[in-house]
Parts: sequence; structure tokens; C-alpha cells
Amino acid sequence: MTVLTSQLDTRSPDFLRNHDAMQAQVANLHELLAHIQQGGGPKAQERHTSRGKLLVRDRIDHLLDLGSPFLEVAQLAAYEVYGEDVPAAGVVAGIGRVEGVECMIIANDATVKGGTYYPLTVKKHLRAQAIAKENRLPCIYLVDSGGANLPRQDEVFPDREHFGRIFFNQATMSAQGIPQIAVVMGSCTAGGAYVPAMADETIMVRNQATIFLAGPPLVKAATGEVVTAEELGGADVHCKTSGVADYYAENDEHALALARRCISHLNWHKQGKLQARTPIAPRYSPNELYGVIPADAKQPYDVREVIARLVDGSDFDEFKALFGPTLVCGFAHLYGYPIAILANNGILFAEAAQKGAHFIELACQRGIPLVFLQNITGFMVGQKYEAGGIAKHGAKLVTAVACAQVPKFTVIIGGSFGAGNYGMCGRAYDPRFLWMWPNARIAVMGGEQAAGVLVQVKREQTERTGGTLGAEEEAAIKEPILAQYEHQGHPYYSSARLWDDGVIDPAQTRDVLALAISAALNAPIEPTRFGVFRM
Amino acid sequence: MSLLKPLHTLLIANRGEIACRIMRTARSLGMRTVAVHSDIDTDARHVHEADIAISLGGRKPGESYLCIDKIIAAAKSSGAQAIHPGYGFLSENAAFARAIEEAGLLFLGPPASAIESMGSKSAAKTLMGNAGVPLVPGYHGEDQTLETFRQAAEQIGYPVLLKAAAGGGGKGMKIVEQEADLSDALASAQREAQSAFGDARMLVEKYVLKPRHVEIQVFADQHGHCLYLNERDCSIQRRHQKVIEEAPAPGLSPALRKAMGEAAVRAAQAIGYVGAGTVEFLLDGRGEFFFMEMNTRLQVEHPVTEAITGLDLVAWQIRTARGEALPITQEQVPLVGHAMEVRLYAEDPYNDFLPATGTLHLYQEPTSGPGRRIDSGVIEGDTISPFYDPMLAKIIAWGESREEARLRLLAMLEQTQVGGLRTNLAFLKRLLAHSDFARAELDTGFIPRYRDELLPTPPAYDDSFWQAAAQGWLASEPLTARADDPYAPWEVLKGWRTGLPNRQALTLTCNEEMQRVSWDGKDRNVKAQRREDTLYLEWNGETHTVTRFDPLMAATFKTAHSGGLTAPMNGSIVRILVESGQSVETGAPLVVLEAMKMEHTIRAHAPGVVRAILCHEGDMVSEGSTLVEMEANDVAA
Repeated sequence: MTVLTSQLDTRSPDFLRNHDAMQAQVANLHELLAHIQQGGGPKAQERHTSRGKLLVRDRIDHLLDLGSPFLEVAQLAAYEVYGEDVPAAGVVAGIGRVEGVECMIIANDATVKGGTYYPLTVKKHLRAQAIAKENRLPCIYLVDSGGANLPRQDEVFPDREHFGRIFFNQATMSAQGIPQIAVVMGSCTAGGAYVPAMADETIMVRNQATIFLAGPPLVKAATGEVVTAEELGGADVHCKTSGVADYYAENDEHALALARRCISHLNWHKQGKLQARTPIAPRYSPNELYGVIPADAKQPYDVREVIARLVDGSDFDEFKALFGPTLVCGFAHLYGYPIAILANNGILFAEAAQKGAHFIELACQRGIPLVFLQNITGFMVGQKYEAGGIAKHGAKLVTAVACAQVPKFTVIIGGSFGAGNYGMCGRAYDPRFLWMWPNARIAVMGGEQAAGVLVQVKREQTERTGGTLGAEEEAAIKEPILAQYEHQGHPYYSSARLWDDGVIDPAQTRDVLALAISAALNAPIEPTRFGVFRM
Repeated sequence: MSLLKPLHTLLIANRGEIACRIMRTARSLGMRTVAVHSDIDTDARHVHEADIAISLGGRKPGESYLCIDKIIAAAKSSGAQAIHPGYGFLSENAAFARAIEEAGLLFLGPPASAIESMGSKSAAKTLMGNAGVPLVPGYHGEDQTLETFRQAAEQIGYPVLLKAAAGGGGKGMKIVEQEADLSDALASAQREAQSAFGDARMLVEKYVLKPRHVEIQVFADQHGHCLYLNERDCSIQRRHQKVIEEAPAPGLSPALRKAMGEAAVRAAQAIGYVGAGTVEFLLDGRGEFFFMEMNTRLQVEHPVTEAITGLDLVAWQIRTARGEALPITQEQVPLVGHAMEVRLYAEDPYNDFLPATGTLHLYQEPTSGPGRRIDSGVIEGDTISPFYDPMLAKIIAWGESREEARLRLLAMLEQTQVGGLRTNLAFLKRLLAHSDFARAELDTGFIPRYRDELLPTPPAYDDSFWQAAAQGWLASEPLTARADDPYAPWEVLKGWRTGLPNRQALTLTCNEEMQRVSWDGKDRNVKAQRREDTLYLEWNGETHTVTRFDPLMAATFKTAHSGGLTAPMNGSIVRILVESGQSVETGAPLVVLEAMKMEHTIRAHAPGVVRAILCHEGDMVSEGSTLVEMEANDVAA
């Protein structure tokens, strides 16, 4: 047992400056999330509640156990994407406890564009289902949606990862024994009708919920039949006549209580086994993380200062501390759960990559979840390193990361550039969850590097024709590239497009990881079979 | 010195706190204790605390604790050599005392003859007058006709007080302000007396204005010695029942103490008294005192005397009954400090102190310590039935001064928590905290005079109430740790949200009000106790019963509201005064219910026609059951 000792002076000007810089970014994040939480805004909310319906977040409150956390995913989905406000992409998704069971809750927000599915609504819904599937989380759908966003049908309907996949997922999850519960609390039209129809158990709210393949206007157009929505597909029809729904609810509160009752009868077991111990707080407060991260991203710092503020008792047993020191690997506990941490402490060299692959093998042998703290500009470049086989050593790490079957969790705490993203379990490597800090940046390479490469290419072109590249021309090439990389590398840009599961307050990282690990334990920890390591 | 008969087993012919209290002394003297109990008291505290418990069967006192034969049989079968009657029940029943003596057992009370002498108030007054004990003018004759009472009342002058000749404790007692009310009051008092004591005889007295109730504890042995163990002031009363008792009486001069004490001793000696007795006086503003009655038993409020004298009156009862001489002289009687007692009742002060029945879901007594004493006969989970006195506990504080005792008692009440039924706890706290009580400005009209301050209109539930309720509820929510993930952060991070303020919202109900509360996270100083699905929250001094709204239950029990007239409490139907189809006016008496030895009249809320009578005379009915169905006139028209 090795307790990390912080070398930082929390009263130094540097620390305070860092703190203020991070604080400002976190405040901006909180403000944005608070705004997004308002959904479609006061007017739409007023219209919604005047019908006796609860707002989507109030519904979730009623559904959850008293005091249960709610680990929300993709809050920033669709942020500044469509040229119109679609807060949270019109669907709230996250994990919370219902009757002591961690469930994935996917809840339409009818105050946002009538709860219709934009392309990113579909992507978020599917991402939430993917989380549920990987972690074996029972799904509760709170349905209140007008269905696909018709003007954007080409982006939501036909493809593999489009609307149809929602029902595919329901069927296949149900087949795997992952319960699917639907609570219909508003309209549920056309394709959407399959959410309740394909659920294991379905609840409908009288006088609010409707389920039909075609609504009254379409019926009238098609057959001339005139019928009200309630007569066509209300709770009375579906609970008493059609059998499309199973439970008849008097109102939203009753419906959500019925959903809780459904979960209480799941006979649910968590299948992941970890040798957990009594949790203890870190010796250093997670709030100090604000001051740990340099305000200037170019400034190096010791990632152990971060680890000391995340893990139980700041207790971290490092593996191969003297070898490949730019990748810090070690065992720790977080909220009592054993974890294996890989954290960047500089650029990746061949030794660091080999060490990382070795360490991942250890974790997989033992069934210990992996936590990646990603702050990486990439693998080392240059003739010496290419000749030394940096590519094959990097490939070992990537192979190990890709094949590891233990739950993987990635937090991008700084840069995420190039192949470093792959070696440190980027989105493509199926971490169970991936989060970004507000200071993080993600791109194929740094803006400076990209601009530099483009300037170099242009200079060579210019020089081949006998010209020279002036400082002004150079700047004209660089500036838009820098601006583009800064814009597209920003975590909000990433999060809006579901490249990650959310931008989080660094001070909440410990909680987020703990909740995620606990949720991941619903699925068994499978043994790993690695691919061929190029030696 | 004569050899004393062996006494190693004592039967207590009582229940509740007094049974427990007597057993405590008996045990400390090395005796075995025998409890007797009715069917519904099978699990009562006094039964559990006794070495031997014997069932008397039955529920009503008349079927159980008043059955002399059964009690004597119980004593015989358990090998008890003595019986302590406690107070109430058979404690002042001469036939009981005599039956015990005839059975060769020892009665821990006065001779039957002394009980008889004081048992009839009318006869007692004559006796006392002859013994030179000052009396209130009144009529104590045998003629019980209305006309006789009318004449007597006129002679004495209104207001007058009607009292049961055989009774005590406020039962069968009525104040009559004017002649017009006499007839009804007399009839009602007679019924109550008949029901409580089996003897309807009444007497009438002058109703002394602004009197204090000051009583003298006397103690006599079989050798002709009689002491007075100072006095108690029991002026704080409601409906003629004592609420607060204290000793010594504030402001009583040593001379007056001596005068009253000696008068009390004269009273006791006039009837050949042995053992513990209490002579009750009315003390008026000028220091004049009048004999009211003598209670030939241990009083409820005896602990305050014990507190200021350091004596164990029950131990003395046992010793004098066995023939021992009093161990001290009058000059040696101690008087140290000041003691105060409150009686904690299951009752509804806001509903005319109507006794409350139900289950003691929460019952927490104050901590013990120097100067603190709690005499109780219940534990959490007990049921308070309509059959017996609803007193839960006596809480007693002693201090060097009256003020010290008062503050200590108040602190003890602050620690006391009762939930599940209504009690007078908040009322007692307001009484003790009242500035005029603190200044010892006492008289028997105190409670009626300050009624509005003592029973203020309860404030509406505001945000601070709901926030406190939410905090109390959340703090008491049981953990639901999963065996397969025992340290899960889901249990610890209460209301945690990703990047948003914590949220913990719940729907609570209290007193038929419902509120969705989002706890603001502020840590208030909340006094609340959770018992299963109920939170007992103290707010504004009162205990409020908070539950969480359950949508499933609400959807299941969508019952139609009943328009009938319901029983206000558990009790038995004494009389039905109307017939089906009869037209009645607002306020017309419909049914008379007897509960806790009091009569309660169910009256019409509005003019209308009686549709159906759903009870019979003699029925036991439970609280909330519909007794009469009415159709209001405007509906019929």
C-alpha cells in the first residue's frame, strides 16, 4: 500500500490561477446544463403540465428510489447542431436506481419539439440502449413522443443505426434477459408504437397515453374513418380490448409507481463480481482537481496528483514505476471497487506502450475494471522511434485495449490526439463509458500541428515553383485551421455529437466512475482472449 | 414486639403505571410480584414486569379489574399474602378490603370501615364537620329528588357543584351555573356516577371561586400515630382532572401548612385511618381552606411527595399494613426542594380532551438522571384501549427550587416523543412554559382562563414545515444495500445528479394535506422519529404524523365518502334517541356513546331525516364507524 503524497501547494498562486481557470469552465458547463434541464422552456412546460402531465425530470424523480443518484448521459446531445434549440436532443437518458436495481431510463421530453426524434435523438436513444446492453441494465422507456422528425426522415429512418435499431435492440435485449419496461405517458405514434408493443411489460396512463400505428388524421386520409385519438389508441382500448398494454394507470404518478412495481418483481441479480472493500475518501479532496490541472494546456504536470484525488485513501500501488514512466499504471480502489488505472504522464514511447499492454493483461486475468485517464498528444515520432518499432509497440497496446473484456472507463482529462486516443481507449474501443473534462480537447492532432503540417505542405508546393511563403500567407493558412480545430476539438462539440457520454465536472469524476463501475457490475465480467501481439 | 406474618408475595390488583410502580418497591423489598390482567392486557407492561401473571379475563373493568372474587382467587392460587389495590378500580371499595381480610390476606390500604366512612361524601362531610375540619356549604343528604337539589342549590347560591357521593376523579361531577341547567346536569351526572361507581347518589356544594386545590398527604399506623407528609398543589386541572401537581404548594406559609396538616390528621384520626391517605382541600385567596374529600388510597401524584421527602410511600404502606410503627415523628418529616409532576395522557386537547385510543407507534421517554423520574405503564407498540384510563405516564422533576424543577420538567418533556395517537404533550409544555405558571399564579381556573394561549390555533403547514418533514423523512429512509454490491455508491450519493444540483423530491401527506416537496438540502434542526412508514415530526411543539403518498394505494382505495355520523372514538352505545324516519333539527341528540367512562352525545350536523340507525344499545363500536345515516333536508326537498 502506497499512499500518494501531493507535491502541490494549494495556496500557491499557480494553484489558485489554475483553480480559477477550471472553475470558470465548470461554471460555464453548469450554466449550460441548467439551461438544458429546462427542456422546451417555460411556455412549453406550462402547456405540458396544464394537461396534468409531469415534466420529464419530475417523472424520473418519481420513478427513482428516494435519494437515488441519476447518472445522466449525453446531456449536451444536439447542442448547437441543428441551428435550433433541441435541448438534450429531446430525450433524457441515464442510470438510476429503481427498487434497488440500476436501470437505464430513456425518457422523451415532449416539451422539446413534441418529443420527436432528430438524428441525434436516435443516436442518443441507441447509445443509451447500448449502455444498457453492455452493462445488462433493465430499460425503462418513458414514452411521450410524436415519433420521427419527418423533415429529417432520411437521417433517422433507413440506416442500420437509425430508428429501426431501437426495436431491434429491445428485441435482442429482451432475448438476453434484460427487462424492457415501457410507460406510455403521451403519444406514441407510428414506429414509436413499437416501443410499448415490444416491451416486456407496458403501462399506459388513461386520457394521456395513446398508441397507434397511424393517428386520426392519417386514418381519415387513408380510410375516411373519423375517430378520436383516445378511441383509436387510448389506455382503455389497449388495456381492455387490444392487450397492447398491461397496466392501466390513473395518472403519471400512478404509472411510475406501477413501473417501480414491475422492477420490484424482476428478481434481479448483479452478475459482475468484484472483491470490494469498505470505501474511504481520498486523502486529498477531489475539489482540488481544479487547481491541479494547469490553466495552460502546454504545461506538464504529474498525473499522480489527479489519481491522488480520485482513489480511496489516495492509495495507489504503481506497476513498473521505473519503466516507461510516461504511462502511469497501477492498482487502486475507488468507492471500494478494485480498479486498474492507466494514466498518461507525457507522450507514449515504446516502453510505455509495452508496459500498458502488460498491465492490461494483468487486469484482464484478474477481472479488474480498467480506468483510463487520457491526456495524450500521441506516440513519439521520429526516425529513431520508427526504427525502434514504435508502431508495433503501439499496436500491442491498442490490441490489448481493444480485446480487454473487463469493464473499461475512459476519462479524457486533457488532450486526446491521434493514435494516443486509440491506445488510451477512445470511443472506438468500446469503453463502457467515456467522459470529458471541460478543459479537454479531442482531434486527430493538435491544431498547431495540423496548421504546421498544412503550412509545410504549402511551403513545399510554393518553393517547388520558386516562390516563398510569407508570414502573412502562412498566417492566412494557419488561423482558420487553428479556429476550426479549437471549435471542433472542444468537448461541447464532441458531446453534442455523442462522441462521448458527457462533459463532467472534474470534482464529480470520482462519483461518476463509482456509479458507472457499480452499474457495470450488472453484467458478468467475461474472460478476455487477446489477439495476436506483434512481437 | 409481635412476630410479623410472612409476606413474600404481593398481588397488585391494578394495571398500568401504578402496578409497575408498586412492583418496583415490592421487588426492592425482595418480594415476588403477581400481576392480574384482563384479556386485552395480556401483553401489557405490568404483566411482563411481574413475576407471576394471572388472567382475570374480560375487557371492561366490570369484567376484570373490578371482579373481587377473581382477584382473591388469583391471590390464593399464586400464593400471595397481600394485595395492593393501587388507585382507581377497587382501591376505595370497602367490600374488597373486607373480602381480602376475610380471605386471610393483607389489604395494603386502610380498614374497610375507614373507606366506608369516606366513601359516601355526604356522610364524610358530617363526620368531618364534627371533627372540626372546615367544610364548604352544601347538601349531602340522602334525599336525591330534583326538588331537594333545587332547594339546596338555591340556599347555597349558584354556581354550585354536583358531585357523585361515592366517587372521585371528576367522574359524575358537574358545575351548574343556573337553575335552568340543574335538571339535565343532575340526570347526566347520576348516569355517569351509576356507570362509574355503581352508585348514582349525588351531593351539591357551593362552587368556590378562584380556589386552589391543595391536598395533604397523611400517613397513619396501627398504633395511633398519624403524620402529614406536607402538601401538594394540584390546582392545574381540566374537567376536574389534575394535570400538573407540585409539592410543596407555592407560597404556602409554614403556619398554614401546619394548620392544614393538623386538620388533615384530625380527619384521618376521626375515621380510625391506617396507611396512606390524602385529604383534599380547597384553598381560597384569603387563606381559608375547606375540606373537599379524603382519598383513602395512594394518589396518582404521590411521587412529588416522595421527591421532596425522600420517602417511599408504597414501602410505608406495606410496613404500616403489617403493623409496623411509623419510623419518624412529625418534626422529622423532611421537605427538601420542590417537585413537579405532569400527567401525560392519550387525549385530544383540541377536542375537549377527549380520550384518544390507538397504537403507540412511537413512544420515547426522557432520559433518566438526577432529579428525574418517570412512572409509566406503557411501552412503544402498546395499544391504548377505550376500556381504561388513558394516562400513559407521569413525568416528575425535582429541583432545589420550583423554577429548577419546572425547567427540568420542561427539558424532560422536550425529550419525550409520542406518535400514533394524540396526546396532551404539547399542551403540557405550553402549560409549564406559561409565564403565569412560572410565577406560580395558580388556581383551578388556570386552564380555562388561558385556554387560547394553551391551545392556540395550529398554524397552517408552510414551506418550513414541509422542508423539515422532507429532511426528516429522507434522513430516516432505511438503507437498501444489495448483498451483491454492498458498498454501492447509489446508496451514499443522495440525490446526486450529473452536473446539476442534488435533487430529492417526494410527496408527503400530513393531516389530509398533500405536498410535493423538493428538499432544499439545508440542514435544519429537525426533531423527528421514523417508525416504519410514518414520520413523527415535532413542529411548533406538536407532533405531526407525516406519511409518504403512495400512488398505488391511492389508486386502490378510491372509496366514496360516507355521509354518515360516525363514532368519535371507540366506545359503547348507551342510548339511541331517535328512530329511523324521524325528522331532526341541527344539534338534536341522536346517539349517546360511552367511552372512557364519559358520555358523548352524537348530534345532527344539519336538519334532516334519519335514514338508518346502524348500531344498537350496548354495542361496542370503533372509532370512525358510522352510527347513523342522515339525509339532509335540502337534499330531500
